[in-house]
This record gives sequence, structure tokens and C-alpha cells, in this order.
Amino acid sequence: MASHNESIIREPLITGNDITYAKITNDVLKPVENMPTKAWWIGFTIASLAASLWVFSVSWTFWYGIGEWGLNKTVGWAWDITGFVWWVGIGHAGTLISAILLLFRQNWRNSINRSAEAMTIFAVICAATYIVAHMGRPWMAVYSLPFPNQYGSLWVNFNSPLIWDVFAISTYFSVSLVFWYTGLLPDMASIRDRATGIRRRIYSVLSFGWTGSVKTWQRFETVSLILAGISTPLVLSVHTIVSMDFATSLEPGWHTTIFPPYFVAGAIFSGFAMVQTLLLVVRKVLGLENYITMFHIESMNKIILVTGSIVGVAYLTEFFIAYYSGGEYEQYTFLNRFIGPYWWAGCMMYGCNVLMTQMMWFKKVRTNIPISWVLSIVVNIGMWFERFVIIVTSLHRDFIPSSWAMFYPTWVDMSIFIGSIGVFFTLFLLFLRVAPSIAMAEVKLLLKSSSEQAKKKLIDEGHVDPSHAEFYKESLTKFDSVELSQYEKA
Amino acid sequence: MSSTKFILGLFDDPDVMMHGIDKLQKNSVPIYDVYTPMPIHGIDDKLGIKPSRLGYAAFMFGCLGGTTIFSLVYYFMAHDWPMNIGGKPAFAVPDFIPVTFEWTVLFTAFGMTITFFFATHLFPGRAPRVMDFRATDDRFVIAIDAKGNIPHEDITNILKEAGAVEVKHNDRKYVSYE
Repeated sequence: MASHNESIIREPLITGNDITYAKITNDVLKPVENMPTKAWWIGFTIASLAASLWVFSVSWTFWYGIGEWGLNKTVGWAWDITGFVWWVGIGHAGTLISAILLLFRQNWRNSINRSAEAMTIFAVICAATYIVAHMGRPWMAVYSLPFPNQYGSLWVNFNSPLIWDVFAISTYFSVSLVFWYTGLLPDMASIRDRATGIRRRIYSVLSFGWTGSVKTWQRFETVSLILAGISTPLVLSVHTIVSMDFATSLEPGWHTTIFPPYFVAGAIFSGFAMVQTLLLVVRKVLGLENYITMFHIESMNKIILVTGSIVGVAYLTEFFIAYYSGGEYEQYTFLNRFIGPYWWAGCMMYGCNVLMTQMMWFKKVRTNIPISWVLSIVVNIGMWFERFVIIVTSLHRDFIPSSWAMFYPTWVDMSIFIGSIGVFFTLFLLFLRVAPSIAMAEVKLLLKSSSEQAKKKLIDEGHVDPSHAEFYKESLTKFDSVELSQYEKA
Repeated sequence: MSSTKFILGLFDDPDVMMHGIDKLQKNSVPIYDVYTPMPIHGIDDKLGIKPSRLGYAAFMFGCLGGTTIFSLVYYFMAHDWPMNIGGKPAFAVPDFIPVTFEWTVLFTAFGMTITFFFATHLFPGRAPRVMDFRATDDRFVIAIDAKGNIPHEDITNILKEAGAVEVKHNDRKYVSYE
């Protein structure tokens, strides 16, 4: 059969009493089919102003060169690569949610995957802009590709992690885009079939002529599954390769074998934090509390806790290995994180990423929306500082004390960073206006099995073990979108 | 002769619709296609649609991608311009694994998705062949070719009995054409 009853012990993935297939479509498409709200305009104005700042400061960089940044000959990589790694890391959650959670059959991914994937794509765009910007002469980007040229041909060096990174990031971006857009087709068709006039024409093109016939759906599911299967190692490979940009160097603090798993865990950590930051606002502003429920929020918090703890273990391992290796420079680098001039950055890194996230062990914290939101931002700040500490603190005092230097960002550094956040939010807000923020087709799949109303019906019919029903009702108390009063009399 | 081209049974519940398919098939009414707002497992078996072979295509594209980049890198690094990097071998296979992996994934993803679009006739600008506009919203639609399937009243009754919320007799095959 098409649907079956799910165990009553599992928490509902859709709350509310009057949810129908039509209501899901109406609720999700509200922001797409209506004029934007005031909140959207305020957000969009601020974001696009910041994005203009990005255009200005990047143009400034290209005009005057990267000498306008605070770099010097000791610290040759600073906010640019910090920003790049930060954005790539944030861009890991979308594919993790849509691919790995699909393989593990985690149905709660269905209502958060679409916006998380969109977020992934926009974050990778921001990361890529950093790469192009830090070249100073952006037209030189073409030399990172193995095209025949007049020097021989002199090919790019495939032994270099920087070239692996070019392949990894571009593959990741394009495969994520394909995955995201293929998944969007049925929902684009839903918009098309409800629209009229020019809107119908536009969405008709965007939906590729999707009709939802049996054969298309069957093929669609195969494609989704295989894309998930190949995206899973892909997403792990991307940050592994990013970490190799550092790990294959001889720089103390970078030259460690723990980097790949440590970076991947950190990427998932920061990606989920960003998803949490965005979705907690989106569910409130767009009124999607019934689809992005407390269960989703708590699940994401649990992932943040797990990955944050993995990052914590990696930090400890790094310190131990620095001590145990007996390497003088390695030991100094790690000591320097606490007692050097950048001690405050080190404290932000360890404090935000490890200490603050350990609060998530408490259910009260995990299920509290304002605290979760603040913590998600704390994690993002902490992860930015992690990259800053790894990059700048390692570089500024390495082997020769006479070369030691400090890094001071200029207004251009800061404007590009603030601007890239603006670019990200501008793209995300535009996405919310033109495409459904929730994968409607996938959420509709859950309505008959995993929704609150389906489970309530099971309880009312009296076919479930009363102790299980009690357990279920107990689990509902944390939800902010469930009317608890209706369960009292039942 | 009636002008009905297609008879559509609209259901509001996937399980009821599955029941409707069974009923039609028991009465030997051939089903043209079924349109649903979400993937419903099991219809493909009932309608005799064979499992997808896209997996084979994906595998072949993956092999092609891996072989392509590995051959290219061999040509660049070992054949055309071998570089002396500290006397280490120019054909440094471990170093070529990351890019080989990336292109394997890249070719698999693009090759398979393009094959999927090609095989199911999806491309930007294709005129949507919609039989009922609510099939992408909240209706599960069974479409029956009216030609040769007579009498139409019997089909209507079977659909109604099976629990269809609405039965449509459409004079046009696709309602989406303007």
C-alpha cells in the first residue's frame, strides 16, 4: 500500500489538526504566490545593501590589487581563505541533509532539505567568489584549469591540493545544483499549475514540463537515490580536500593528519548551525511551524552537539599530538593560540565551538527556540574564528622569529566579509520568493503516516498500547505548534 | 459517438486511488497513466512499468568520467610534460585519486540526470502535458483513454464506487495547451 501507520512512539513530523494535501501546497506557496511581506522587504533591503558593499569592495580589490588587504609577507593568507573555508563549511549541511539523511531514511529531512540545499548552493557561491577575489587578478583563474596554452602546453600540477580543490569545489557546486534543481521540478510544476498568464509561462519553462506521471516519478526516485549515493562521498571529499590545502604544507599547526576528518566534522557542524539560524527565522516569518517542528529543531541541535563534540575531540587530539610529537615549532604554535597575541581568537574558537555547544546536552536548551538560535550564531562565529586561528595564528609566528608579524584587516577585508554575508542573504531571500522553501511533494508523503493528526487518529481508534500513547503524548509537550489541550480528554 | 477523449478519476487519497486501480484492472479497463502530486510506491508494479535502468547508465557514466580524467592526467603529468619534483615519480597515482574521484561523481551526476531528462522528455520549454491541474496539488488522477473503452458510464461507475471524489470526461487530452 501507499502508506502505512508509523509507530506511535515516533514524534510527529507534521503537526496540526487540519492539514490536507491542499493545505500543504497553500501554506508552502504563500510567500511565492503573494506580494512580499514587510519583513521580507526589510531583510532584502539590508542584505542587498551589504551585497552592494561586496560589489564595491571586490571591485576596489580588483582595481588596486590585493595590497589593499591587510596581508603582509608573513601572513599571506588571512580573511580571504578564512572566509572561503567558512563558506564552504556552511555549504556542507544542505547536501548532508539531502543525501546522507536520505540514505539513512531520516524522514525529517523532507521539510528542511530544500532550503538547506539552496543555502548550500549560495554558500558555495560565496566561497567561490573568495577564491576568485584572492587571486587579485581574477582573469588568471583560467590558469587553474588544464587548458592547452602557449607555454608548452604547461599543464596545471595535479600533485597539488589547490588543483584538487578546484575540481572538488566545482564538482560539488554543479552536482549540488543538479540535485537541488531536479528535486525542485515537481514543486515548480505545482506553482505552474496554480498560476496564470506570464507566471504560468515562466514556471512552465522552469518546471521542464513535469506532469507527475507514474514513470517520471519512478525514474525521479531512482535519480534521487543515486544522486544521494554519489553526493555522500562527494560532500565528505570536498572538505577533506580543503583541509589538504593546509595539511600537505609544512606549516606548524597545519601539517597534521587529523585535518580531513576534523574539517569535515567542523563543516557539518557549521552548516547545521547556519541551517538552524535560517530556518528558525523562516518557520516563524513564513508561518511554517507545522512543517518545521520542534522535532526538527531538536534533531538539528543533536547533530550540532555531536559534530561539535567531534570537533572538540579533534582539538584535544591536536594538542596532545603537538605535545607528544616533541616538535618544537608545533608545540609553540599550539601554545601561541593561548598565550600569543591572538589569544582572544583562540578563546573565541574553543569557547564558542566546544564549551557553548556542550549546553545542548540539556533538553531544555535543545528545545528552546531563542537559545537555539543564539547558539547557532555562536557556532557560526566560533567556526569563523576556528579558521582564523588555524590560518592566521599559524602563519604569523612560524619558523623564523625575525619574520614574525601581525595581521590587521583593512576596511576592504571587512567590507568583503560583511558583503559576502549580504550576497548570501540576498540570494536566499530571492529564493524564498521564487521557489518553494519546503519540498512539498516530499512533505505530502509524510502526511498519512507521520503527521500528528494521523497519530491522533490511531490513538482515538484505540488500537495502540496505552503506555505507548502516554509516551507519545509526553513527547508532544515540547512542541510549540501542538494544541496540548485536545489530548487531555482523549 | 461521444466527444470524450479521456476519462479522469480524481481521488483525494493515495490508498483509495490504489484501490481504484485494482478495481479498474479487475474490470479489464486499461489505464493510460496515473498522475500524482508525490511518488506513490506500488503503482509502477500495478501498471507494469519496468524498474528503471538509470542505475546502469549512472555506472557507465561514472566509469567514463573516471577513465577520462585519469587518462588526461596521465597524459599531462607523465607523458606530455613530466616534471621533476624532488626526483619523485611523475606518474604519481595516489595524487591523481582526488581528481579521478571528482570527475567520476561529476560524470555520473550529469550523465544520469541528462539521461533521465531525455528519457522522460523533460527539458526547459517543453509544453506541460497536464490532464488535470490539481494533479500537482492534491488530486491523485487515474487517466483512462476513452477511445475503445466503452461504455463510459461503466467506467464512471467503477471510479465512483472505488471512491473517486470527481470523475471528469475531458474532450481534450491535455488541458494545459492554450
